[in-house]
Amino acid sequence: MSKTVTFRITRGTGEKTELVDYQTEVGEGMVVLDAVHQIQAESAPDLAVRWNCKAGKCGSCSAEVNGMPRLMCMTRLGEINLDEPVTIEPMRTFPLIKDLVTDVSWNYEVKKRIKKMKPRKPDNEDGSWLMDQEDVERPQEFRKCIECFLCQNVCHVLRDHKLHAEFAGPRHFVYAAQLEMNPIDTADRLEDLKGPDGIGYCNITKCCTKVCPEHITITDNAIIPLKERVVDKFYDPIGKLFRVFSSRDS
Amino acid sequence: MAQTHLPLAPQRGYGETTRKDPWWLPTLGTFIGLSGFIVYMTWAGMQNEHFSYQGYLSPAYSPLLFWTDPEGVTGLAGAERFAYFGPQPSWWPGAIPFLPALLILWAPGGFRITCYYYRGAYYKAFWQSPPNCAVGKPHKTYSGERSFPLIIQNIHRYFMYLAVVFLFILAHDVYLGMWFIDPATGAKSFGIGLGTIVLALNVTFLSAYTLGCHSLRHVIGGFKDRISGAPIRKSLYKGCTGLNKNHMRWAWTSLVWVGFTDFYIRMCSMGVFTDIRII
Ligand code: SF4
Ligand code: SF4
Ligand code: FES
Ligand code: FES
Repeated sequence: MSKTVTFRITRGTGEKTELVDYQTEVGEGMVVLDAVHQIQAESAPDLAVRWNCKAGKCGSCSAEVNGMPRLMCMTRLGEINLDEPVTIEPMRTFPLIKDLVTDVSWNYEVKKRIKKMKPRKPDNEDGSWLMDQEDVERPQEFRKCIECFLCQNVCHVLRDHKLHAEFAGPRHFVYAAQLEMNPIDTADRLEDLKGPDGIGYCNITKCCTKVCPEHITITDNAIIPLKERVVDKFYDPIGKLFRVFSSRDS
Repeated sequence: MAQTHLPLAPQRGYGETTRKDPWWLPTLGTFIGLSGFIVYMTWAGMQNEHFSYQGYLSPAYSPLLFWTDPEGVTGLAGAERFAYFGPQPSWWPGAIPFLPALLILWAPGGFRITCYYYRGAYYKAFWQSPPNCAVGKPHKTYSGERSFPLIIQNIHRYFMYLAVVFLFILAHDVYLGMWFIDPATGAKSFGIGLGTIVLALNVTFLSAYTLGCHSLRHVIGGFKDRISGAPIRKSLYKGCTGLNKNHMRWAWTSLVWVGFTDFYIRMCSMGVFTDIRII
């Protein structure tokens, strides 16, 4: 399979952008990022694109391919209709620096404000803890996150309503869940989740889960369980009465 | 916000997207499916007749709290034998039509309306928030489930407790559906008809849906950081998680089947279908 394909790529900075058509010859086994690199080499040496690993593990090459948030290095050309121009746009939810490169630093600021791990007293004299594999597995799913921020990008709360100041976004709910569900951790993040992190803005429409390249079940396994814990603490007076007898950590 | 102080891309207009797939199709499917069910159940709940046949009681009317057969309707044609608390109460204001289905449907209805799966689904299909992933929406402002009215969704777990009670009632209806009355003598005999199977599948599908509820998953184990400590809790949590993975599938299967169960019994009662006796 060798074929000339049109790629319609965003060029420009800030608000001044346009979609520019580039043609290049594509072959078997190529991914979108390969095509972008080829275009860079052949006809657009100043095309800005961020990438690192080409293996779906660094989370740098996030973009929107034919309108869907994807990692360019993991999107095979074979799964796209190449008879029509293929659009490649930068993520919409973050400020555009140039072409396909956005400034995702807002995410790092949000992450900093999520309470750090606060371990309980070690179980053993050597300072280590005991944990059942089964209890480890639940938070472990969330550790797969590669911080590609595709989930942040697709979430309408950020993407359409730009509530960056009031909503931490799915990536950070995954992070908070990873810490909250860790049996060793003793910090309480529920008040922050309900307040400044704005978990109530999430309307569980699951777009984050759909685009996650690590297949983390963001909505069902992280956000909804956290929402339920928030209900425990703030919206369930009857349950609260019963729970006087049972604690979450034991 | 961001350190570079560059502008964000403006909000896209309603339906605006660079997606090329038929993204509106699943949204439309949900809209049609849910609307169809609501219309049918409202209609069925307002009929006030043909909701029972032999030992079968339509799940749209179960539990039947009170019931008095209308004049001229007697025996098997009526439904008095299903009423838990006897005849229609005398204090019922005559100006309001007595609709026993509407006395109970608020419970399973509220359960589904506040269900996490359905919420996500109807926010998309009915409220277009968003119409689908990465597609522009019609709203300029947004408050989500953070404030009134949608903050009320947080009562879902109370509906879940009720829904679990309903499972027992509906299981009892399967038992009732195994007793056939001889219209001539009034004698009861054990049997299994196609309707019994329809009712049994109904409670099975509803159980798969209800017992995979996110709130149930939370209250039986999810609230704990350490689930491995209690073996019974651990197995319950695992079972619930298994059903929860297919929550959407069970939500639709049970929805369709509840409607079909009512339809089947209605058709039998109207004499359109002939119930097949298996045993
Ligand atoms: S499920 Fe919630 S966090 Fe995920 S994309 Fe939808 S609104 Fe955003
Ligand atoms: S949760 Fe998934 S989509 Fe979101 S940043 Fe992590 S890997 Fe990317
Ligand atoms: S280049 Fe590392 S994820 Fe694509
Ligand atoms: S989450 Fe769907 S029934 Fe509770």
